[in-house]
Amino acid sequence: MFNTLDQIFVNALHWLVSFVPEPWRPLASSMLCISFILMVFPAFFSIITIFERKGIGRIQNRYGPNRVGIPFTKIRLCGFGQFVPDGLKMLTKEDIVPRAADKLIHFLAPVVMLIPVLLAYAVLPFGRNMTMTDYDAGLLFFFAIGGAVEIAVFMAGWSSRNKYSLLGAMRAIAQMISYEIPLILSAVTVVMVVGSLKLEDIIAAQNQYTYGIAHWHVFTPWGLLGFVLYFIASLAESNRTPFDLPEAESEIIAGYFTEYSGFKFALFFLGEYLGMFAISGLGITLFLGGWTSPVSFLTWIPSYIWFFSKLITLIFVFIWIRATLPRLRMDQLMNFAWKFMLPLALINILIAGIWHFMNVEWQRWIVCSTLVLAAYVWLGRGLMHQQKLGKRTYRYAE
Amino acid sequence: MLGEQIIKGMAVTARNFFESYVSKDRLTTVQYPEERLPQKGNTRQFPFLVYDGDDAEKGLRCVACQICEKECPPKCIYIVKSKDKKPDYKGQMQVYPVRFDIDLSVCMSCSICVEVCPFESIKMNTEFELSTADRFGGLLFGKDKLAKSNSYYQKVHPKDAAESDAVIAAEKAKAEAKAKAAAEAKAKAAAAAVSPAPPVTPAQPL
Amino acid sequence: MSPAFFITAIVTILAAATVMSLRNLVHCALAMAITFSGIAAIYLQLNAEFVGFAEILVYVGAIAILIVFAILLTRSGEAPEKSVLTAGWAAGLVVSVLVFAVLGWSALNSTALPTTVTAAPKITVKKIGEALMGKFILPLEIVALVLTAAMIGAVIIALKEDAKTENPGRKS
Repeated sequence: MFNTLDQIFVNALHWLVSFVPEPWRPLASSMLCISFILMVFPAFFSIITIFERKGIGRIQNRYGPNRVGIPFTKIRLCGFGQFVPDGLKMLTKEDIVPRAADKLIHFLAPVVMLIPVLLAYAVLPFGRNMTMTDYDAGLLFFFAIGGAVEIAVFMAGWSSRNKYSLLGAMRAIAQMISYEIPLILSAVTVVMVVGSLKLEDIIAAQNQYTYGIAHWHVFTPWGLLGFVLYFIASLAESNRTPFDLPEAESEIIAGYFTEYSGFKFALFFLGEYLGMFAISGLGITLFLGGWTSPVSFLTWIPSYIWFFSKLITLIFVFIWIRATLPRLRMDQLMNFAWKFMLPLALINILIAGIWHFMNVEWQRWIVCSTLVLAAYVWLGRGLMHQQKLGKRTYRYAE
Repeated sequence: MLGEQIIKGMAVTARNFFESYVSKDRLTTVQYPEERLPQKGNTRQFPFLVYDGDDAEKGLRCVACQICEKECPPKCIYIVKSKDKKPDYKGQMQVYPVRFDIDLSVCMSCSICVEVCPFESIKMNTEFELSTADRFGGLLFGKDKLAKSNSYYQKVHPKDAAESDAVIAAEKAKAEAKAKAAAEAKAKAAAAAVSPAPPVTPAQPL
Repeated sequence: MSPAFFITAIVTILAAATVMSLRNLVHCALAMAITFSGIAAIYLQLNAEFVGFAEILVYVGAIAILIVFAILLTRSGEAPEKSVLTAGWAAGLVVSVLVFAVLGWSALNSTALPTTVTAAPKITVKKIGEALMGKFILPLEIVALVLTAAMIGAVIIALKEDAKTENPGRKS
């Protein structure tokens, strides 16, 4: 019974596709998968914006939005209908384009941002047999698509003909590029140990159970370090606090999307949150076992429920961190990426290699754990010594 | 610098989140139209006129002396005196105001009118939810809207009302004492006039 | 020659022509990004997944950004007033058509190209990895050395110069 529940979407897809004549079946199947992704993830996005506002509100000793339930009625629903008026507001706002702006690029920038982000969902495995396209080099596809977002950021900043937008765009691109390296390097450790770039293989490698606990990569020393690095880098890739200097309201108004209003701003907002979900989804696949359950006696719960609950948990941790930490300054951000995370990611590759080639179980646990801790502490203290905290000296132009 | 402060910070935040559902201390927000914060003792918004007893016309303490009208800095008070008189709390016949208008959109809540009133008749109210859609006459309050009873004043500003009542009671006692002394002197003079005596001087008018 | 190949080829060639003929340099750089994506699409049609995705990752994600940064940091960003075509553009067109004709004739008539079309072998990423670590290990290491040298050079160029050597007259 649980197996049918698990495969219910796959079976429904096959049943729907069987109504279509034979040559059109692959096309119909792709269309149905695409419509599923397009329906589920924006809906998820709306709910998560409400959770974010209410969650941050509660952390800050206030209520979040708690009045709008079902519009035009008095049913409150604790404020969960807020996304309806918010969405309508964004759609009906006047679309202001600056007179000096580069019209074509200004128009295309939100579109170019949204398309790669939506493409990235094509390789994520949402459940057992529920990957839309399982490429041989699926992981590489994901990171390649992530790189295309930077072009969109640049287009947005440049076409606004606004020096704050341009500055915000430059900072955003610098931040994204700097943090892509620890992101990819921490994913490389997983690829090394599993031996394949295919996401289904990575999940299959984690789908084994010893003493009832799954072989998730996060339960190994190098996996834990890799997951922490991946998590921090994904915060920076999605421009979330503490790395949200490019779009901070008090610093640079809104950075590269200052000159966007109405629907285009809504597209940017949507693209940012969908990017957050996609990168969390990949993190779950790489380190947290994708759609597998952590303990062997809970495997009866359907796989997509596991995936989405892990996704929701990870997003809640994103929101928690946003409410807790202050913003990093640009030079602190760059220092952190290049002087702490990059060496740590490289050392992590070494540790993953040691793990892979040492065969005795308890030995490799001790060796790898001590190496992880030593590297972390050494690099952390090294960063601390870097700060020259003394009397401020000025360099004047001669 | 190894990240333990971040973890501690996140623990504080998590504690805030969970306790905000449980204890009222953590969640200090008041949901405004349904709940209101209690106001402090010396809150002041706009003036109102005090009347004793139940009848706003008969018990109005204001005697239209027009001191507040003259002292008001933005000149928002407009008073028209009456032609006839009515008795005040001391029993004396006093003039009363036929019109007493305050333009609340001009009033700046300085409470100078309260400070200079000799009759304890104009005091500061605490009501602030007075917004109206009528731009021109909506905030021009006349005597009917401004007059509120002494019991309302005692509810809104208990300490100030107690002081005001004490002042009025003291005045009343002084007036009664004076009236009693005058009555006694009059009775004594009348008694002296009745008994046979050498030529008496006519009674001094009091 | 499937319709997909035709469409991709036309898009790529048009984008490449746009790169050369637009006035605004940033527009040219963005058209270059489209050209790179077109080439990646051609690789994907040949079932070379790894190369296609690596092309997007490296070219669109990094090199296009590099070009754009280079434009921004070295120009004032204004569009040129005059046309991009020089005076003798007709002669240039004739010469390029002649060169293309000669090259095309020699390529089509050469014996080096295979004349029978065999199905492309399915190269998995595993095979690429094995080749890189087996047959092509020496080129891989040499490329790594060259990249390291380039990075060190870039860091040295960008390094803040020592205060003493920068201005010998300064007192501190």
